Amino acid sequence: MNKPLRHIAIFCGLLVLALLIRDNWIQYVRADELSTHSSNRRVTIERYASVRGNIIVDGKPITGSVDSKDPTYKYKRTYTNGPMWAPVTGYASQAFDANQLEKLNDGILTGNDDRLFFDRTLSMFTGDKKKGGDVVTTLNGAAQKAAFEGLGDKKGAVAAIEPSTGKILALASTPSYDPSSFAGYHDKDAKAWQALEKDKDKPKLNRALREIYPPGSTFKVLTAAAALENGKVTDINAATDTPEPYLLPDTRVAMKNHARGCENATLKYAMEVSCNSVFAKLGHEVGRDKMVEMAEKFGFNNAEIDTPVRAATSVYDKKMDRPGNALSSIGQFNTNATPLQMAMVTAAIANDGKLMKPYMVDELRSPDLDILEKHEPEEMSRPMSPKTAQLVQEMMESVVNSQVGTGGKAKIDGATVGGKTGTAQHGELNKARPYAWFISYAKTDNGSPVAVAVIVEDSKATRDDISGGGLAGPIARDVMKAVLDSKK
Amino acid sequence: MSVVTNTTTIGAIDLPSRRNTELALLGFAVAIPVFAYLNVGLALDGKVPAGMLGYGVGLGLLAGIAHLLVRRFAKYADPILLPLATLLNGLGLVLIWRLDQSPRVIAKSMAQFGSYSPDAPKQLMYSAIGVALFLLVLIFLKDHRVLQRYTYISMVVAVILLLLPLVPGLGSDVFGAKIWIKVGPFSIQPGEFAKIVIAVFFSGYLMVKRDALALASRRFMGLYLPRGRDLGPILTIWAVSLLILVFENDLGTSMLFFGMFVIMLYVATERTSWIIMGLLMAVGGAVVVGSTASHVKSRVAAWLDPFECLKTAPEGSNMIQACDQMTQVLMSFGSGGTLGTGLGQGNSDLVGFAANSDFIFATVGEELGLAGVMAFLLLYGLIVERGLRTALAARDPFGKLLATGLSGAFGLQIFVVAGGVMGLIPLTGMTMPFLAYGGSSVIANWALIAILLRISDTARRPAPAPAPSPDAEMTQVVRP
Repeated sequence: MNKPLRHIAIFCGLLVLALLIRDNWIQYVRADELSTHSSNRRVTIERYASVRGNIIVDGKPITGSVDSKDPTYKYKRTYTNGPMWAPVTGYASQAFDANQLEKLNDGILTGNDDRLFFDRTLSMFTGDKKKGGDVVTTLNGAAQKAAFEGLGDKKGAVAAIEPSTGKILALASTPSYDPSSFAGYHDKDAKAWQALEKDKDKPKLNRALREIYPPGSTFKVLTAAAALENGKVTDINAATDTPEPYLLPDTRVAMKNHARGCENATLKYAMEVSCNSVFAKLGHEVGRDKMVEMAEKFGFNNAEIDTPVRAATSVYDKKMDRPGNALSSIGQFNTNATPLQMAMVTAAIANDGKLMKPYMVDELRSPDLDILEKHEPEEMSRPMSPKTAQLVQEMMESVVNSQVGTGGKAKIDGATVGGKTGTAQHGELNKARPYAWFISYAKTDNGSPVAVAVIVEDSKATRDDISGGGLAGPIARDVMKAVLDSKK
Repeated sequence: MSVVTNTTTIGAIDLPSRRNTELALLGFAVAIPVFAYLNVGLALDGKVPAGMLGYGVGLGLLAGIAHLLVRRFAKYADPILLPLATLLNGLGLVLIWRLDQSPRVIAKSMAQFGSYSPDAPKQLMYSAIGVALFLLVLIFLKDHRVLQRYTYISMVVAVILLLLPLVPGLGSDVFGAKIWIKVGPFSIQPGEFAKIVIAVFFSGYLMVKRDALALASRRFMGLYLPRGRDLGPILTIWAVSLLILVFENDLGTSMLFFGMFVIMLYVATERTSWIIMGLLMAVGGAVVVGSTASHVKSRVAAWLDPFECLKTAPEGSNMIQACDQMTQVLMSFGSGGTLGTGLGQGNSDLVGFAANSDFIFATVGEELGLAGVMAFLLLYGLIVERGLRTALAARDPFGKLLATGLSGAFGLQIFVVAGGVMGLIPLTGMTMPFLAYGGSSVIANWALIAILLRISDTARRPAPAPAPSPDAEMTQVVRP
């Protein structure tokens, strides 16, 4: 009986071998996939196992952690002024994962990042509890407050940038939500989450970064810059050869001007009163490819604008026909931009033609305040020469200062303000309520500390450029004023 | 085979009894769980656990008494089996104690039943009973061949044991599987004991019938088919194992019995055709049951692709539960990775109910990692191979068959459980011997080890010295 017995011994050995191989397969080969699987609650448990680091604005935390006395998730996230800061922080929920800065910097905030290895090891010896590091933002609390309160119960967004560095100063989106309301994992958290999911107004949408809108007339500053750069206009005070009405190229469609006096208007006047015909014609003269080139230098068609929260891709269509290009040159047709994108355009103009990469995380630091990573301002591109930039500034400033200008509401005492209004038509046959836009920058003797883009979606506006100035202008002014005041 | 040579005229060479080796190994088998216990305490509370001394002394005492009695009653027994069983039982206790501390489990129990009772103390008691049974077997079973007398009684007992859970009022249905009986406050899993009893029956039966089964057969399509009257009991076993599966929802036990029977048939008759027939019958049975029993169907779905099945399974079905469990177990293993999170620092209690019984291996996977799981698998492998080594060494066919059956069943159980938990084969709901929480399992497996020790003792015991041969006298040199 010994021969078959030896076979059985080999067979049992093979069974064990099969188990060993299988074990290597799931615990070595597939370990990463399984340990980070989306339904693996350990990831979340680990995230809330220790006091989470904070997101810092102006040296003060806008987030917090409380002991939830729960056996599964020990700490719960809290937010100071949650709705105001939600577009910056994102949320960190025990039941619904996390997003934006909370998710992107999860490693630092939980203290699990490799760069915190030393701290972890140290606290193991000293017996301290593990703590997360902090994320220090570039945001300006006063500007954010001005933006959020300015938007009030209107639907819209604000993005503000420091032109010389690319620091994001304000990022507001309304209607907003309170990330504290679903930070846990109990019934009331689920209810709060579902209510937000169902809300028609999409409060969870970060409109400043993640939504694209037709930029309307605010796009004209870009078209003006392109015309100047390409030599289509050399003197902004010289009359342009613009017929009234202007027929779109290759068509018999007449372009409508809301403003008066656009026939052969100077570029500066056309900017002040926002003549569609002048800019459509200029865009046509510059040509689609050059327009695309210019727009892309500003950041259009770039799918990877990471602040580090990724912004939606702003679009300037590369393949449209000539009438399409003419319409796009005044910010209609296929042209779409995020509020951040329009703030970047403004910032580049205010910064004399140099576009800095926008960012909102200044430093990552360890629990004992050592700096782990510091963001250095980085140049993104140079869309235009300083001379062009100054000419565009001159025009934008006269939009605010001139008697006929549409941006009068943005004036600030003691600072030079340049701006551009916009009323973007959209929807089928442009029937939907237009969006009110305002982009602007403020300037002092020390250069420009702030460029801002404001959009108010659900305006009760008439189809008039004034509405951009009337609705969005004051918000932009308050944001700029808040930044100027905090510099004093 | 060196043992056989002892029966020649060269005379009896006293084989080393290896009792001191066993004692040294037992030292490790006690020390490792004690350190593991300390480890869990430090990880969970940051201080030396209160029961440390009691636990260490208790485990040491159990091992020590067992060792002394082995020294006294089974001097030549295999020196590795007892330390292996002690180590596994000790580590099992640590793992169960570790899961007892889980605040999630406690909170859930409080919410559901309003009370919470830890399992580790009960398991410690069961272990003590198990060791006691182990000692009783060693003391009272002087020779394993005595069991041969009870061949047919064993069959009756085994059938009764297997059918007990189906008796109304006695059997209790726990999560769909009817394999428990309730006697007062205790629930017993008769299947675990039936495993041993049925091995005794097979050994006795096959020892008598092996020649008939091996030789009186007709060749048919390349296979040797036995005569109908010899085939009868085999078909009966096959049918019984199918019935267990269908009525008790116990895939594991039926696979175990059938596999054990095929292995023993093959060893007894030395005919490969039995293996082929066994496989065909097993596949046939599996197809029939797999396509009819929903219980089995959902487990197969959970095995094929648990993450996908979780999405597609109908709401509220038991398939959802099966798939969810499988994903939890897999994620538990995956989160452990190569070296594991360390004892007490994993979240294997997320697996849900049966975390300390059917799925205790997931805790090993998560907290001790790939390294720990492989170590455990090798420990189990060693037990199986030592058992088969015992079978090789045994001098009587009954002992050979019994040792084969017991260690084969043990090996199959390891494969079925670990393979099921790790997603190699469909999950069957059996428990890891010694490691998992459960009285019947611990007690029955201690008895199994005791019988193997008894057989190995007989096998390694030096043959009695040959009677003095008168011829030898003649060759004496007479000195002047």
